[in-house]
Amino acid sequence: MFAYILKRLIYAIPIALSVTVVSFVLVYLAPGDPLNAIAPADAPEEVIQALKSAYGLDKPVPVQYGLWLMRAVQGDLGLSIASGREVTAEVLSAVSNTLLLAGMAAAIGVVLGCILGALAGYRHGTWIDKAATALSVVGVSIPHYWLGLVLTILFSIWLPWFPAMGAGPGGSGEWLWDLEHLRYLVLPALTLSVIPMGIITRTVRALVADMLGQEFVTALRARGLSGGAVFRHVAKNTAPTVLAVAGLQIGYLMGGSILVETVFAWPGTGFLLNTAIFQRDIPLLQGTILVLCMFFVVLNLLVDILQPLIDPRMGRS
Amino acid sequence: MSATLPLPLPAAAAPAQPSRSYWTVVWRQLRRDPMAMASAAVLLLIVGAAVFAPWLAPADPYKASMIKRLLPIGSPGFLLGTDELGRDLLSRLMHGGRLSLLMGVVPVLAAFGIGTTIGLLAGYVGGRVNMAIMRVLDIFYAFPSVLLAVAISGALGPGMSNSLIALTLVFVPQVVRVAESVTTQVRQLDYIEAARMSGAGAFSIIRTHVLGNVLGPVFVYATGLLSVSMILASGLSFLGLGVKPPEPEWGLMLNTLRSAIYSNPWVAALPGVLIFVTSIAFNLLADSVRSAMDIRK
Amino acid sequence: MNAALAPTPAPHDMGGPAQPLLIVRDLKKHFPVRSSPLDRERKFVHAVDGVNFSVPKGKTLGIVGESGCGKSTTARLVARLMPADAGELIFDGEGVEEFRGLRLKEFRRNLQMVFQDSFASLNPRLTIAETIAYGPRVHGIARADHQARELLDRVGLDPSHFAGRYPHELSGGQRQRVNIARALAFDPRLVILDEAVAALDKSVQAQVLNLLQELKAERQLTYLFISHDLHVVHYLSDYVMVMYLGQVIESGPVERIYGHPAHPYTRALLSAVPSMDPEHRTQASPLAGDPPNPINPPSGCRFRDRCPHAHAVCASATPALRDMGRHSEHLAACHLNDPASGHPEAHQEQRP
Repeated sequence: MFAYILKRLIYAIPIALSVTVVSFVLVYLAPGDPLNAIAPADAPEEVIQALKSAYGLDKPVPVQYGLWLMRAVQGDLGLSIASGREVTAEVLSAVSNTLLLAGMAAAIGVVLGCILGALAGYRHGTWIDKAATALSVVGVSIPHYWLGLVLTILFSIWLPWFPAMGAGPGGSGEWLWDLEHLRYLVLPALTLSVIPMGIITRTVRALVADMLGQEFVTALRARGLSGGAVFRHVAKNTAPTVLAVAGLQIGYLMGGSILVETVFAWPGTGFLLNTAIFQRDIPLLQGTILVLCMFFVVLNLLVDILQPLIDPRMGRS
Repeated sequence: MSATLPLPLPAAAAPAQPSRSYWTVVWRQLRRDPMAMASAAVLLLIVGAAVFAPWLAPADPYKASMIKRLLPIGSPGFLLGTDELGRDLLSRLMHGGRLSLLMGVVPVLAAFGIGTTIGLLAGYVGGRVNMAIMRVLDIFYAFPSVLLAVAISGALGPGMSNSLIALTLVFVPQVVRVAESVTTQVRQLDYIEAARMSGAGAFSIIRTHVLGNVLGPVFVYATGLLSVSMILASGLSFLGLGVKPPEPEWGLMLNTLRSAIYSNPWVAALPGVLIFVTSIAFNLLADSVRSAMDIRK
Repeated sequence: MNAALAPTPAPHDMGGPAQPLLIVRDLKKHFPVRSSPLDRERKFVHAVDGVNFSVPKGKTLGIVGESGCGKSTTARLVARLMPADAGELIFDGEGVEEFRGLRLKEFRRNLQMVFQDSFASLNPRLTIAETIAYGPRVHGIARADHQARELLDRVGLDPSHFAGRYPHELSGGQRQRVNIARALAFDPRLVILDEAVAALDKSVQAQVLNLLQELKAERQLTYLFISHDLHVVHYLSDYVMVMYLGQVIESGPVERIYGHPAHPYTRALLSAVPSMDPEHRTQASPLAGDPPNPINPPSGCRFRDRCPHAHAVCASATPALRDMGRHSEHLAACHLNDPASGHPEAHQEQRP
C-alpha cells in the first residue's frame, strides 16, 4: 500500500513540474510585449529598462522560469502588474471563493446525481429512468453560462428571491456563513451543479442497474434480505466510483467556474483570470493558472490514493 | 452452427441476403432510430438556416437602428425582436450560426485528424515512442479543459483563429488517448499478425487493417466532443476571447445582450437557446451513433 | 527485386528430401517482468528456454503442453512475428534468423500461420476475398482476386456465395477455412497451425482436420501443429514434442510417444485424456495443481514439484534430453530413464 502511494506521489512530481513549465511558457506564446501593459508606448528607454529589470524581463526565458519557480515554491508569485498587489494574496482570496462555489456546486451535483441515478437504476426502463436520463443529458449539454442567465432572469429579476451578482452585501468582502451571504451563493452554485449532476446521474444509473443485474444481488434477495440490506450492498459497491468521479468533478469545476463566475460577478479565480487576460497582467495570469492546475493535480492524486483505500478490489496492481 | 455440413459446403449454407459492409449496417441502424433522426433533422435545420442565412434572413444582421433597440419578441417586422443596437435578432441568430457552428465543429475535426494520426503512430509503434507521446499528453490532462481553453486563448490573445487553436489543443490529447488505446488493442489481434506474415509493410498494414478498425471508435468519441466544443467555443466568445463584435456569433451575442436582461430578458436569453439546442442535438446524435456502431460481431 | 541482394532460391527442395525443412536450435525468449517502476530488480519469464527440434519435409510435428508452456511463443518465434533472444532457425538448409527487409518479406511467403481465434484473425472490415487476396496483392501478384476465389473453392467455400461476405456472417468452421485459404495464398512450404481447430465444435473440427490432411498431401505441405488436444495431435501428427515451462521434455514419433511415454509428465497428460475405452477410464487426473511460476522455475527438473517420482536428485541436477536407446528418435528429459542419474527408481530395463 505504501509502495502504491509512493509510486503515485513520484508519478505526480513530473506532471506538477511540467504544469509549472506550461503555465510559465503559455504567456510567452502571446504576441506583443508584456511591457506594453505597464509602460506607455512613448516611455523613454531608461524607464523601459528599469521596468524590465524590476520585473525580471531582461533575463533569458529559462532563467526567468528558474527564478519564478524558486519564488513560487516559497509562495511568492510576484506582483500584479495592474494592481501592484501581491499575486499570491490575490490568488488565494480568489481561490477560497472559487473553492466555496465549486465545493457547494459539487455537493449539490453529487447529492442530486446520486438520487436521480439511483432512482433511474432501480426503476430501470420506467418513465422515472427516462426522465432522469433526459435530465442528465440536459445537464451535460446545457451551456451553463446561459443557464446562469436564465436563472438570474427567473429568480432574480422575475421573482426577486436571490441577488444576481457578487458574493455578499458590500461587494467582494469577507465571506460569512450567514443567511445573507448564502443567498448570494444559491444561483451560481445551482448553475454550476448541473454539470456534475448530469455526469454523476449517468455514472450512478449505470452502476446501480449493472449491480442489480448481478447474481450476488439476486442471491441476497433470494435469501430474503430486505431492501435496505440490498441498498447497503449496492451503496458500498458504487461508492468508490462515485467518489472518484466526484473528486475529479471538483477539479473540473475549479477550472470550469470561469464562465459562471463571469455571469454572476463572483469574485473567484475565473474573475481574476478574466481580469489578468484583458489587462495582460502576466504575473497574475501565470499565478492563477498555476494554482488552479496544482489544485487539479493534487485532487487527481488524492482520488488515486483514496480509491483503493475504499475499494479493496483495487488494492494491488 | 452448421455442424453437419458435408465437404464442400452446399451453396444453401451461405446467408440468404446480400452482404453489407459495416457502415451500411450502421447507417440502417441509425435510420431506424427515431432519436437519431430527430436530432439530425434539428441539426440540418440549424445548419441550413446558417448556410443559407444571406438569402433566407429577413434583414441585414449588421444594420443598427437607435430607435428600434431591444424590441420584444413578436414585434412587427422583427419576429424575434431586436438587440441592444436595434439589429434584427432573427437575422443575427441565423447569421450567427455560421460562426458558432464553424467554431464548434472545426476544432473537433482538426483534433480528430491530428489526434488519430498521433494515436495511431503511438499505438502501432508502441514501446518508448508510445511512452514518450503519452507522458507528454498526460501534462495536458493536468489542466481542466475549460481552464486550458481559456488559458491558451487568453495567452494567444482574443480572436477567432486563436480560439480555434486553443480548442483544438484541448481536444487533441483526448482523441490521441482514445486512438492510442484502440490501436494498441487492434495491433494485438491475430489478423494484424497474419498480415505481417504475408510480408506486408507497416504502412500497408496500418492503412488496410488498423485504420479501418480504429476510425470507428475514435469517430464515436469525436462526435461526443461536438457538444462540448459548441459550448466551449461559444463560451470563449461569451468571455470576449473569441469572435469580435460586430460579427454575429451566439456566444458573443449572449454577452452583449447581458446588459438587456433587466429590460428585455427573453430576448437576452435567445442566443443561448440555440447553443443549447445545437449542443443537445449533437449529444443525442452522438449517443445514437455510439449504440448504432456497437452492433459489430 | 534486387538480384544481388537475394538470389531467389529454387522454389522447392533446396536441400533435397533428407534435409529437414525446419531446424530450430537452442531457441530462447525471455519476457521482462517489472512489478513496479521502483523495482530495480529485473525479472524474466522464461517463455521459451532453449528449445531444439526439427521437422522433416512433408511431415507434421505436433507440439503439446499445458497453456503457458511456451508452445505458442515457439510458433511466433519460428514465424518471426517476434524476435528471439537467442537461437538458430534453419529453413531448408538456410539460416533465416538474420533475414531483414526484402529478404524477410520473400522468406515469409514460405511460411504461413493459422491462428486459434478464427474471428480475431480476420479483419472485420474486409470481405473474405479481400482478406485472402491482401497478401498476394502486397507482393504485386496480379491475379490475386482470381486466385482468392480458387482458394475459397478449394477449402470448400463456394466463391460465388462467400467471396463478398464479411467474417461475422460466417460460422467458426467457415472462418477457419478462410484462414486456411489465406495461409495457402502464397503456396507456402511450412504452415504453422496454432491451436487452429481448438475453438471448433467436434464435428466441424473433424472436417477441418480432414481438409488439412488433404491439403498436406496435395501441396506437399509441412505442418507445425500446436495443440493441447492430444486426440487431435495423435490424428494429425507424425512426430510429437511435449513442452513444459518453456522446455522440451519429450519428443519422438507419434505412435512411440502415445504407446510408450517415457516422461512422467507425458504419462500424466495422456492418462488425463478421457479414454475411448470405458474399461480404462481413470478416475482422477494424476496431474495435480498448476504449473509453477515461470518467473522462478524450480531448480533441476522443472516438473519435480508435481511429479510422483520426485527425488533429491531431481532438485540438484537438470535432466538432459537423451534418446531411449533402441529408439533413437525418441528423446526424453527425465532422470528415471538414466541409470547413471542416481535416481533410486531409475529403471534399467529401458536400455538394452
